[in-house]
Amino acid sequence: MEVRVDTLAVARGGIPVLEGVTFRLQPGRALILRGPNGVGKTTLLRTIAGLQPALEGRVSVPPESMAYAAHADGLKAVLTVEENLRFWAAVHGLRDVEAALVAMDLLSLRDRRAANLSAGQKRRLGLARLLVTGRAVWLLDEPTVSLDVASVALFGAAVRAHLAGGGSALMATHIDLGLAEADVLDLEPFRARGRVAGGRMGAFDEAFQ
Amino acid sequence: MSIWEYANPKKFMASTGWLLPWVWGMAGLCLLVGLIWGYFFTPDDFRQGSTVKIIYLHVPSAMMAINAWVMMLVASLIWLIRRHHVSALAAKAAAPVGLTFTVIALVTGALWGQPMWGTWWAWDPRLTSFLILTLFYLGYIALWQAVENPDTAADLTAVLCLVGSVFALLSRYAVLFWNQGLHQGASLSLDKEENVADVFWFPLLVCIAGFVLLFVALVLMRTRTEIRARRLQALIARERLA
Amino acid sequence: MFLQRGSGRGFGCGRDGWAGFGVAGGAGMWALLIRDLRLAVRAGGGFGLGLAFFLLVAVLVPLGVGPEGDVLGRIAPGILWVGALLACLLSLDRIFALDFEDGSLDLLATAPIPLEGVVAVKALAHWLVTGVPLTLAAPVLGVLLNLPAAGYGWLVLSLALGTPALSVIGAFGAALVVGVKRGGLLLSLLVLPLYVPTLIFGAEAVSRGVAGQAAEVPLLLMTGITLGAAALLPFAAAAAIRINLR
Repeated sequence: MEVRVDTLAVARGGIPVLEGVTFRLQPGRALILRGPNGVGKTTLLRTIAGLQPALEGRVSVPPESMAYAAHADGLKAVLTVEENLRFWAAVHGLRDVEAALVAMDLLSLRDRRAANLSAGQKRRLGLARLLVTGRAVWLLDEPTVSLDVASVALFGAAVRAHLAGGGSALMATHIDLGLAEADVLDLEPFRARGRVAGGRMGAFDEAFQ
Repeated sequence: MSIWEYANPKKFMASTGWLLPWVWGMAGLCLLVGLIWGYFFTPDDFRQGSTVKIIYLHVPSAMMAINAWVMMLVASLIWLIRRHHVSALAAKAAAPVGLTFTVIALVTGALWGQPMWGTWWAWDPRLTSFLILTLFYLGYIALWQAVENPDTAADLTAVLCLVGSVFALLSRYAVLFWNQGLHQGASLSLDKEENVADVFWFPLLVCIAGFVLLFVALVLMRTRTEIRARRLQALIARERLA
Repeated sequence: MFLQRGSGRGFGCGRDGWAGFGVAGGAGMWALLIRDLRLAVRAGGGFGLGLAFFLLVAVLVPLGVGPEGDVLGRIAPGILWVGALLACLLSLDRIFALDFEDGSLDLLATAPIPLEGVVAVKALAHWLVTGVPLTLAAPVLGVLLNLPAAGYGWLVLSLALGTPALSVIGAFGAALVVGVKRGGLLLSLLVLPLYVPTLIFGAEAVSRGVAGQAAEVPLLLMTGITLGAAALLPFAAAAAIRINLR
């Protein structure tokens, strides 16, 4: 399924940060969002994921077909690796977690509590969650934070497999995953222009014009 | 012209700017006339003596304590449905005013109750209901204070106001069920035979009008302040971003 | 404010959730319930703490009021209800705050389970780990407080029917303050007034039972509040969570 994002404007804390964001994401492709810190990558991903309302514009794909992975992995420290994963699989109506454990090299850790995982291992578990959602479009916010080189390669392979299976991925990352299927979208040109330059405003300010 | 145009902050500021002094003036006039008339030119009640005159403060403030909440409920609904910022800010502005009226009603009630019932406080259903209403006001104000993002705060307090209204009503009936109480019945309904006598009633009406106008004036003033504060915040935030 | 897709997410309907709701959603809610119960058992603190608090109240009140049996017996229904209510309050902020901090709430909001269902399941889990133990412990504490024999049945019955309301109302309060740091005290301030009708009818039912009067009316009124809260408040709570997440 093709993701079409048209003239999307997003706000953080009521202040517009990006506007006019338009792109297409074909099945089997990945799109990497680039831009300096604070440009609004996380806000854009959260808006596309349906977690916050857009100021304007539209996204063609409903949130039900997207899996969002944020900075926080949503892991429970007192549950084991397998229990954590099984929970998210069940929430998405799936049962099988073996493939995901294998893909992110977590088989040997399956009975360990998440509290006893290293930061990188936790991240791998968080990313393994994507594999048990069964959703076609992945929205990834800095997925490679705290991953070592080997794990980045592992993750790159998982993304590639996902794309090969007809899925797509939209990710904010600074690291080169070595994906041949990846396009890059620079968010700098979409920065909200602000009031002086005649750009759009937050809802409250608008009323003062 | 639609009434919703006044939901535009700029329009609201302009129109209330010239309206506000008039509302203040009318409120002052009504209160002056009503209170002086009530306190100095009405006879003492044959049973309650001159203590009865506290009704000129007690009854209007008690009425406004409830009306303020109803106004907040309506404003919250308008905010949730039509997303007019002025509406949310008016609800925010009305809460401390409503709380003050509630406290005035409770304090004047205690002052009246002492000579009448021989006690400052009784767990009478109406007193209890007002005490519970105070708690609802406190919670509502506290939630506004606690949430940083103003739009989030407006949404959350509006939801709280909605749910709170239902539970306030439930509490009212629960309290009635719990204790039948010693409060005298409502004495203002038009068809009731045991209405207060006209000599007391007319100044009371003027006082009620005064309290309504006072409430409107206070809410308008506070809403204007909130709008300015909100505008200031937006400008500061933009400044920081640029 | 709520344009386009946002309108579906702003309030109420949660269309995204219902669309994917079905067999998978039911299994997901079950999985969520199991997870929450497992967390409560493993993390400890949760229901043990509430019970200990309930016990403390039942011990401290006689120390403050004095040992006269008839006085204690008279106030026992109210003390037990207030104690249960406060014990319930202790663990409310854990309902959503932990899931909010570790990002689970974001992921649950985008999962195929409707957020209203998430709220309902989490309230149910909270009731199972606090309301049920409190209900079961209440008769024992009733002995400490010299509750007359006629009151025990009504006490257990009223708590069994009333504590679900405490959990659901509490979940609503927890949803309101989920984005507020150190929202514990604020949560109490918001939730306690909402507890008033449940408390009045619950304690009244026990008092009437003790006095040998008909206790059915307050009991039924309280049950009505429980059912109404369980049916409607998850929607308000889900709306509050969506607001807090954005």
